[in-house]
Formats: sequence, C-alpha cells, structure tokens
Amino acid sequence: MTGSQLKQILADGAWRQNTGLVVLLGLCPLLAVTNTLINGLALGLATMLTLMVSNLSVSLLRGLLKPEIRIPAFVLIIASVVTVIELLMNAYFYDLFRALGIFIPLIVTNCAIIGRAEAFASRQSPLPSLIDGFATGLGFCITLVLLGALRELTGRGTLLAGADMLLGDGGQYLTLTIIPEHPGFLLAMLPPGAFFGLALLIAGRNAWQARSTSRSITTLVPDTNES
Amino acid sequence: MNDTSHPVVRSGILLGLIALLGTALLAGVNALTHDRILEQEKLRTMQQLNSVVAVGSYNNDLLTDKMEFSDEAYFRHPGPVTVYRARMDDKPVAALMIVTAPDGYNGDIRILIAIDVSGTVLGVRVISHRETPGLGDPIEIERSDWILSFNDKSLLNPRDEGWAVKRDGGDFDQFTGATITPRAVVKAVHNTLIYFKANNKVLFETASILAENNDR
Repeated sequence: MTGSQLKQILADGAWRQNTGLVVLLGLCPLLAVTNTLINGLALGLATMLTLMVSNLSVSLLRGLLKPEIRIPAFVLIIASVVTVIELLMNAYFYDLFRALGIFIPLIVTNCAIIGRAEAFASRQSPLPSLIDGFATGLGFCITLVLLGALRELTGRGTLLAGADMLLGDGGQYLTLTIIPEHPGFLLAMLPPGAFFGLALLIAGRNAWQARSTSRSITTLVPDTNES
Repeated sequence: MNDTSHPVVRSGILLGLIALLGTALLAGVNALTHDRILEQEKLRTMQQLNSVVAVGSYNNDLLTDKMEFSDEAYFRHPGPVTVYRARMDDKPVAALMIVTAPDGYNGDIRILIAIDVSGTVLGVRVISHRETPGLGDPIEIERSDWILSFNDKSLLNPRDEGWAVKRDGGDFDQFTGATITPRAVVKAVHNTLIYFKANNKVLFETASILAENNDR
C-alpha cells in the first residue's frame, strides 16, 4: 500500500465521506448520546473499535464469503464484536456503560459499520480495511465529540463533565466550567438540540468545503493569467 | 453426488462456522468478565446504600440481609419493594427500602429511602427516573441538594399536611417548571414512612431471601 493510498483512505473516512456529516449514517446514536462531550467521545471510541475489528475480520474472510451469505455473515461478525465490547465496558467502565445504556448494544445497528464492511472491507486486503475502519471511526468520533461539546457548552456551560467515568478517579478535575452560573439551556440538552447542533455542524462543514473549493479556483485563475 | 459440494450447503456450513466462532468468542469473554461485572454491580449497590446510612452505624452484610415484598394496593405499583436491613450486633438499626413512585411526570421514579428504627429518615436518593432533563432532574443528588431536605424528617416532623410540596401547602420546595416530579417523590417518601411505622417489626424479622437471589 502506497502513501498516497493511505492518505486517500484517511481523508475519505475522516473528512470527505464523514459518516456523521456527509454520508449521514448512524444518526440515531449520534443524536441520542451527544448531550455531553464525554458521552460522545465514549460512544465514538466504541464505534471506532467496532469498525476496525469488523473491517479486519470481514477482510480476512472475504475470500470465503459468497454473495448470498455475505450480509448475514457481516451481521454475525458485527454483533459478536459489539457484544464483546459491551461486556468489556460493563466490566471495566461501569459508570460509562450505565451512562450510555442501550446505545452500546445498538452500535450493531449503526449502518455505517455494515456499510464499510460491504463497500470497502469485503473487497480490500486486511491492512487497508483496518485503516479504513480507523479513519471512518475517527470521522464519526470527531463528529460525536464536536456535537457533544457544542451541546454541553450551550446546555450546561461546562466541558468534559463526567470525565471520571472514562479516566477513573481524578478525571472529575478535568471538567471545565466555561460559563459559571450557567442557568441551563434545556433545548440544547433535549433531542431537538441534537438536530440543531448537527445541522449547524453540517452547515459549517459545507461552508468550509465551499470556501476551500472557491479558494483553489481563485488561486488557479491568477496562475493561468501569469503564464 | 456429493452433498457437501452443493453451494447452498457449503454456504450454510460456513455461516454455521462463523456463528460458532462468534459464540465461542462471546462465551470466552463472558467467562472472563462475569465475576468482575457482578463485583461492579455489588460495589455500586453498596455505594448507594452507604450514601444514606453511615458506614459505622451497622456491622452486618447489607447485601445479604435483604428481603423483597410487593403490595400493589398500597404502593400503587406492581413491582417488588426491596428492603436491606442494617443491624448492629443483630439489633435493627435502619431499613433501606427501594420503592417506586408510580406518578412521576414520565412514569416510574425509583427511590432509595433509609429509615432508622425510630421512624426518622436518614437519607433519600433517587436511583432511576425518566423525568425531563433540566426540569425534573434536580431530584438527583448530582444536580441539586433538594433530596437532602428529607434528612431527619419523620411522620411527626412535619405533620401530615406538611408532607407535600409548597404549592400544595406543604413544607417541601418544588422546582421551577416542575411540580409533578417533586410531588411524586414527597408522596412516595411519606407513604413509605407510614408503611414502615405500621410494619417495621415484619420488615426486620422476615428472613432474608435466598442467597442466589443476591446476585441480581
């Protein structure tokens, strides 16, 4: 695998084909758990791990899987991986497991995972598949963290609340109170806040994309004039 | 004709193998984590119980000195009421009861109430609820001190009329924008105190439920 291929996979997964902001897959957990940054980060990491392991397993088995059993096999693999992650979280990150609740087992139903298995891992060798899982997961995780941060900041005036659930004792000192005496902005914490927040993030990404596209055009134009 | 060469049979076997592999993996991880998960759950229960009863005030094992009963007519909820009994040298110290208030804004609110033998509230904590975030959730100790207003209360302090939120003429604060939630909690605590007064002998003398049930 060449460097440019690697770059391509990373850029596609994390930015150009960002699951949360461009492809818009896996919105159910994305909207549901992002009321704090830490919740978003935790689910993002769990999803990223699932994507990497499932992509790797699918890629290793790709020679054996006939088209007619491909989908059930993917479902089996993904469900096993998610259940393993669920058990491990229950054992080692108990508070976080309780905070995320049903959304850990529901990672199985995140279409982004079966989507990557089908569109990428079932046709590519193990290493690129693993990297694709990482890149897609990273893109999803960043979206969850940004949305979580946005909602936590506007809804509660803090950042990183509940960090002790992820990092153990001592984590609570990481919590930043950005806006002291914040009265609480209910809309941001409730589900509608998730939709508004996601819409803002998508709009922001589109604006960025449009600007960088028009900039690359304007830099092209003077170049041609000079030559 | 060799059956195993048929594509459907081959696919079936392959799918079966993948399922077998997945099951083996899960069984392995489950065996590895099972004890630790039970341990974590116990630890959490103990932390919750010890938040309402002082650690030094009893010397029995709370988790095994436990009983359950249900009284749907009285508590207006079909689920069991769990009671952990705190004792010092076999003498009753306090009952820690987990009851359900059926009339929260969004359904059931599970509450842990510690009552000492004289009928005074040692502490109350909300264990689970689905009240509106930001409006009803000040019943959580993490969000406000409201739940501490039950400390040291009893059926005599305040008297009957006092066991209500201020809007209903009682002694307990309601929240801005939420009266139903605190009303449900106040009512559940009051009901539990009345039940405790009438049944406290039974609550302390009933034998503990079987040990295997303590795993749940």
